[in-house]
Amino acid sequence: MHTFVDVLHWLTTSSHWSGSGGIPIRVGEHLELSVVSVGLACAVAIPVGLVVGHLRRYEFLAVSFANLGRAVPSFAILVLAYLLFLQLWPSLAFGFGPTVVALFLLSVPPILTNTYVGVQSVDADTVEAARGMGMTERDVLLRLELPLAAPLIMAGVRTGAVTAVATATLAALIGGGGLGRFIIDGFHTNDVAMVVSGAVLVAILSILTEGAFALVERAVRPRTSSRQTGGTLAAGRRSRAVA
Amino acid sequence: MISLEGVSKQFRGSRRLAVSNLSLEISEGETVVLVGPSGCGKTTTMRMINRLIEPSAGTILVDGKDVMKQDPVILRRGIGYVIQSIGLLPHRTVAQNIATVPKLADWDDRRIDARVDELMETFGLDPELKDRYPSELSGGQRQRVGVARALAVDPPVMLMDEPFAAVDPIVRARLQDEFLGIQERLRKTIVFVTHDIDEAIKMADRIAILNIGGILEQYAPPEEILRAPANAFVEDFVGAERGLKRLALIKVAEIGVEDGPVVDREASSEEALRVMEKFGYDWATVVDEGRLLGWVDRGSLDGRPSLADVPPRRFSAYVTADSSLREALDAIVTNQTNVAVVAGDGDRYLGILTVERISQEIVSS
Repeated sequence: MHTFVDVLHWLTTSSHWSGSGGIPIRVGEHLELSVVSVGLACAVAIPVGLVVGHLRRYEFLAVSFANLGRAVPSFAILVLAYLLFLQLWPSLAFGFGPTVVALFLLSVPPILTNTYVGVQSVDADTVEAARGMGMTERDVLLRLELPLAAPLIMAGVRTGAVTAVATATLAALIGGGGLGRFIIDGFHTNDVAMVVSGAVLVAILSILTEGAFALVERAVRPRTSSRQTGGTLAAGRRSRAVA
Repeated sequence: MISLEGVSKQFRGSRRLAVSNLSLEISEGETVVLVGPSGCGKTTTMRMINRLIEPSAGTILVDGKDVMKQDPVILRRGIGYVIQSIGLLPHRTVAQNIATVPKLADWDDRRIDARVDELMETFGLDPELKDRYPSELSGGQRQRVGVARALAVDPPVMLMDEPFAAVDPIVRARLQDEFLGIQERLRKTIVFVTHDIDEAIKMADRIAILNIGGILEQYAPPEEILRAPANAFVEDFVGAERGLKRLALIKVAEIGVEDGPVVDREASSEEALRVMEKFGYDWATVVDEGRLLGWVDRGSLDGRPSLADVPPRRFSAYVTADSSLREALDAIVTNQTNVAVVAGDGDRYLGILTVERISQEIVSS
């Protein structure tokens, strides 16, 4: 109870909302790290997932890579990347560069997996009929498989993004910015209110990210019924992929 | 129109041939049904025509051109394609689905709209369905949309893989009849795959019966396959009732009718009795200047000098020259008689058909 009041007090102190170490700047840094990492992950994982799903081959490689990404601890990646950056690009080593590498590797697996599963689970007969009518492979991928897989792809991006936002906190460990700063600095100065406030802010940001992507996911769901928005088809496919 | 010359297909990783040295000639405007048990390569054969599968050996010509020397995408746009599950695009409306190939072919919107309306009318689809999605259609409607979509750019050739198999038997029979009616007008060159010999008999101008491994056992019109199966495999595949099945393919006019006892309504009873005597029946058909009125029997003439005094009774076993022998047999059996009267246009009396004559036809097959 004592801590709760302290946290509330910390969060409502106006000086914590201004200056180069203030909450808005830290939120901005935190989002920058997350957006860059997830953006890069999308740029790589979505095209690769589309091709793997469309060819219905090399799934084994994709699954192995995705599981490997999940298995290696992000903290270890962060440290390894930090050492690597110190050698190659020292200016990026303190915070930004290594964190982006770690978050990138963390967000690729859900995006990649969901993309190829989404494409692959488009009804094989529908694809066959489309091809038989004279659609090119590109048409099949872009006009049929991509729109039908879109909700599942966005679900993957959502998972990746939420994980990235929660994990971007690590940047502070290697001298970077973001909301992790409050947690690390609070720890070093024995300021419990500051630590908990940092954690609360990370949690709120993660939940907002989750909510925002849920809306995007609904928006990209293709219509399959004239009566309602959003089809039962995409929803059904999602539960199958999760199982 | 389509010709397969020594076509074989061996799938990678399989030691057996899926199709072995198959040659088939399919004429323009003809419906050829490929039929056989599972594993006979009928679907593989069809899919080689539009190159969804590439043959391992042999040549396939469509309209005189080697399919392997054409861009498969362009080739496929000129060949209508319908599969059992139809495969409508679930995120496109009925109208958009039908418009798929015209859109790929870059037709302008007005032409596409007009074509969609025309096809929906041809296939008896309510215009209200245009903006519905496939998930909102009945099985029969989906099937109709699938066939309409395949015909959208009016391709001369259609490939149909069990197009009516996914619906219940009553809807299936109706779709088959409708499609036969449409084909009567369009005269497309159709390759149709089924495992159902009765569907093959109904739809085909010629049937190709394939055995496991894509071996052609017989290629002939349905009537010939039923009358003269080439070998034990065909005989077995066609089934035990081939005599009865064949009756459905023969029209009464084709086997000719027999003369029967017939008298004019003005005739005297004495003359009527003489005619009955001559043909060995105790009844006679009554006509009025060749037009069928009914029949009278020996008993009803008792004490009446002329037929004019006897109201003729209606024939219950009544068939026309266009009826099939199967319909004739049905009329005879259900009316518990052994003779049907045969009439032509305008109820003109042609003769009679006896159950003996029909059974001769069954035995001769």
